[in-house]
Amino acid sequence: MDEATKVGLTTESRPQAGEKWVTFRIWRQESASSPGDFEEFRVPWRKGANVISSLMEIQRNPVNAAGKPTTPVTWDAACLEEVCGSCAMNINGRVRMACSALVDKLEWPITLEPMRKFPMVRDLTVDRTRMFESLKRVKAWIELDGTHNLGPGPRQSQSEQIQRYVLSTCITCGSCLEACPQITQDNDFMGAAPISQVRLFNLHPTGAMHAEDRLHGLMGPGGIQDCGKAQNCVQVCPKEIPLTTSIAAMNRDVTKLVVKDLFFKDKETETAVGGPA
Amino acid sequence: MAEQRFTMVGGGLAGLMAVIKLCEAGHKVDLLSIVPVKRSHSVCAQGGINGAVNTKGEGDHPDIHVKDTLRGGDFLAEQTSVKGMCYAAPGIIYLLDRMGVPFNRTPEGLLDFRRFGGTLHHRTAFAGATTGQQLLYALDEQVRRFEAAGMVNKFEYWEWLGMVRDGSGRCVGSVAMDLRTMEVRSIPAEAVMLATGGPGIVFGRSTNSVINTGTAAGRAYLEGAIYANAEFIQVHPTSIPGEDKLRLMSESVRGEGGRVWVPKKKGDTRDPVTIPEEERWYFLEEKYPKYKNLVPRDVATREIFHVCRELGMGVGGRDGVFLDVTHIPAATLDAKIKGVMEIYEKFVGDDPRHHPMVIFPGMHYSMGGVYVTFEPGPNLEPLAASPKNQATSIPGLYASGEADHAYHGANRLGANSLLSCIYGGMIGGPAMVSYAKNVAKGSASVPSSVFEDAKKQWEERFASIDRMSGTENPYVLARELGEVMTENVTVVRRNDRLRKTLDKIAELQDRWKRINVLDHGHSSNRPLSFVNQLWNMFALGEVITKSALLRDESRGAHYKPEFQLPEPKTKDPTQDPDWMKAWKERHQKWAKTTIARWTPQGSEITYEDIPTPVLDPEPRWYA
Repeated sequence: MDEATKVGLTTESRPQAGEKWVTFRIWRQESASSPGDFEEFRVPWRKGANVISSLMEIQRNPVNAAGKPTTPVTWDAACLEEVCGSCAMNINGRVRMACSALVDKLEWPITLEPMRKFPMVRDLTVDRTRMFESLKRVKAWIELDGTHNLGPGPRQSQSEQIQRYVLSTCITCGSCLEACPQITQDNDFMGAAPISQVRLFNLHPTGAMHAEDRLHGLMGPGGIQDCGKAQNCVQVCPKEIPLTTSIAAMNRDVTKLVVKDLFFKDKETETAVGGPA
Repeated sequence: MAEQRFTMVGGGLAGLMAVIKLCEAGHKVDLLSIVPVKRSHSVCAQGGINGAVNTKGEGDHPDIHVKDTLRGGDFLAEQTSVKGMCYAAPGIIYLLDRMGVPFNRTPEGLLDFRRFGGTLHHRTAFAGATTGQQLLYALDEQVRRFEAAGMVNKFEYWEWLGMVRDGSGRCVGSVAMDLRTMEVRSIPAEAVMLATGGPGIVFGRSTNSVINTGTAAGRAYLEGAIYANAEFIQVHPTSIPGEDKLRLMSESVRGEGGRVWVPKKKGDTRDPVTIPEEERWYFLEEKYPKYKNLVPRDVATREIFHVCRELGMGVGGRDGVFLDVTHIPAATLDAKIKGVMEIYEKFVGDDPRHHPMVIFPGMHYSMGGVYVTFEPGPNLEPLAASPKNQATSIPGLYASGEADHAYHGANRLGANSLLSCIYGGMIGGPAMVSYAKNVAKGSASVPSSVFEDAKKQWEERFASIDRMSGTENPYVLARELGEVMTENVTVVRRNDRLRKTLDKIAELQDRWKRINVLDHGHSSNRPLSFVNQLWNMFALGEVITKSALLRDESRGAHYKPEFQLPEPKTKDPTQDPDWMKAWKERHQKWAKTTIARWTPQGSEITYEDIPTPVLDPEPRWYA
C-alpha cells in the first residue's frame, strides 16, 4: 500500500468488478433559455461518499449511463461543510445542502434538480441575487461610525449572545425560499431569511437604534405580510434557525410600528436613511 | 481629476476589510470574486481570532503575542508586520464586536477568550466554533452597506485572469472573466489587490474550500510577481479524511480541553470508551507537559504522524488518533464548539460528545504566498498609510490575507489567520490609496489600446483552450497533482521524493497540452476556466516543491528528517553549548525568506535576509 492510500488523504480506489454502483438522475439544462431534461449517470459506490464527491467523480469521467460522453455537470459548491451556503439543491425532491447529503443515507437512484424558485443558470446552479438584494432592502447591518479605534462594543449577556448567534448562522443558501409556497420566480416575497436577519440586528444594542429602519424594510410589497405561515421554511433550514419564531416576532414589531407610524408619526421619528457616513 | 477606482480581487476577510478602508477614504471599488463574497473561504475558519486583550488576569500583552507568533513561525515571519498586527489585534476584536459579531461572552457580559495552540494565555476571541463565518458576515454586511450607497461594484462569479500593465511595467488594471456568460473584460484600476486566499486545491483534498486553487497568486507569479516561502505548508493536526475534502476539526476542540490519545496496546480494537484511563497514551501531554495538547500545529502534526507511521500505534493499526472531548459536559461543548461537533456528527455519523473522534492531519494553510513589503515606522510597526505596505514586487499590485507571504513565517499559530487577514486588509487599503496619490499618472492616462490588447490576448487564450480536443481530462490531472503533492510535500519531506515530484509536475504540464476541454458551452462553462486555472496550479506546485527541495533543514512546518538537528543533551537546549553552536550555524544559513521568480525554465530560487529588529531569534522549543 502506498503512503497516500495509508493516510487516507488522497487515492480513491477504483471499485472492483462486482462492486456497487450508484445511479444518479441529474437535471441538465445548458442555460435559462434552453430546454432541460434528466440525464442518468452511474458512479462507483464509495464509503462516505456524498452528492458533491459523486459529481466530482462524474467530472473526472463525464460519460452518462448510456455510455455516451457528455459535459461535466455544473453545480455550485465551495466549503463542503455546510457553512458557505453554495450547494443547496433539490435532492430526491427535497431541498438540502448537497455536501452533507451522504449517498448511503439517500434512496437510490438519487435525483438531483436545481432549486426551482430561483432563475436557472445552468444544470444545478441558480441565481440567488434576490436574497442578497433583500439584505440591502432590510439594511441587514449595524450602522458603524467608522472602522477607527473606538474601544469595545456594548456589553451583552450570555443569553443574548446565544439568541443572536443562532440567527447569525444563516448561510443564505435559499432553502427557506425554495420550500416556501408563497414564493415564485415572478413575485417578490423576500422569504424567511431576511426577516430573521432583521431580528438578528434589532436584538443588538447598537442595531436596535435603527430597528425601525429595518422594520420599514419589511413593510410593503414583497415584505413580511406576504408570509402565508406555511412553516415550511423552518423545517428545511440546514442550520436549524428558528425562522418561524423570527417571523412571528418581526410581525409583532411591524404591526406595532404600523400603528405608531399611523398615530404618532412626526419629524422626530423619521430617522435618517442609513447610508455609510 | 478623474474618479479613482480600485480593484479588489477576493471577498474574504482580507479583501472585504481593504474594501471598507478604501470606501471610508472616499474611493470606489470594483470587487471581484469567483463566488458571492459571503461564501468566501474565510467562512470556514472555526476557532477564533487572537488578540492580547488580557481580560483573564493573566498579564497577557501584545508583546507576548508578538513573541509567541515569531517563535511559532520559527523566526521566518516579517517582524514589523507581526508587531503591527499584534498591537492592532485588541482594537480589531473591539471593532468586530461593534459590528455585531456574536462573540461568546463572560457572565459579566465581556468578550470571552479561550486557549489556542502555541501560547499559554487565553487570547482567542470566538463566536461558537464558526468564528470565521461570523467575522466574514460582519465585514460582508459593512461592504453591503457601502454597496447600497453606490461605493462598491461587485463582480461576483467573476474570475481574475491577470494584470494589465503599462509600458513601465506598472499594474494599471486587470482582465477578468464572467464565469456565467464567459465574457472577458479589462478593468482599469489605480491599484489592484489580490486577496485570493491559499492554494489548498494544489494538494487535491485539503481543509480548504474547493475554490481555493491558488490560481490568481499562481498567475501573478507567472507574470513576474515574486512568490515567497512557498515551502511552508501547514498541515493541521486534526481533520476528518473524506472522499471530497478533509474536514477540519478546530484547534478550539483542544482549546476547550480536548485530549489526544491512542490505546497503549497496538491495534487495540476495543470501543475507546471502554478502554481504562491507564491503558491510554496521551502522547502530547506526556512529551509536552507545559503546552500539552496545545503545542503549535506543526509539532502536533509530526507527533501524530510519528505515532501512526513510525510506531504503528494509530487507532486500529491505521492512520488516525483519538481526539476526545467526552469528559466535557455536552452543554459546554454545545455552547462553545457546537459547529464542529455537528460537522463530525453529520459527516462521520458518531456523536463526538459521547464517543471519541478519530482524526488525522490534513493540508490546511500556506504560510508562504505572494511576496509583500512593509515600511517600518519608528515604533517598528508598519508605517501608517505607507504605499510600501502589502506591496508586491510589481508596482500597483498589492496582496493580503493568506495570499501574502509575510505574517506567519515557517508555521502559523491557530487563530492568527483571521487576524492577519483583517490587519493586512486594514493597512493594505490605505497603502493602495497612498500609492495612487503618489504615482504621477493615473490609469486614465494609459492608452485604451493597452486594455484592449490585454483583453484580446485573454480572449485568444480561451479560444485556444476551447479548441483543446485531446485525451487528457483536466480534473484527472488535478487529482494526480494533488496526490503527488500530498504524498511528498506535506508532513515529511525527502529530497529524492521531492525531485520525483518535480518530474511528475513536468509530466503533468506536458499532458496539459493534450487536454480535452470537455465543454464548449457559452454559459457557466466551468471546465474552460478550470483548464486555465490548472496551468497556474502546476506553477504553484512547482514553486512549493522546488522551494522545499532546496531548503535543506527543518524549520516549522518544513520537516526534513535527513537534515534534522540532533536532540540536545540537556532538557533546556540553551544549556547544551554544542547544540547551540549547531543551531546558530543552521540559523545563520537558513533563517531567510525563500524568494521564487518565474523563468521559462521553471522557478529561480534565491534567499533574502530577514531583519530582526523586534525580537532576536532563539531556539524554538516547546517541551
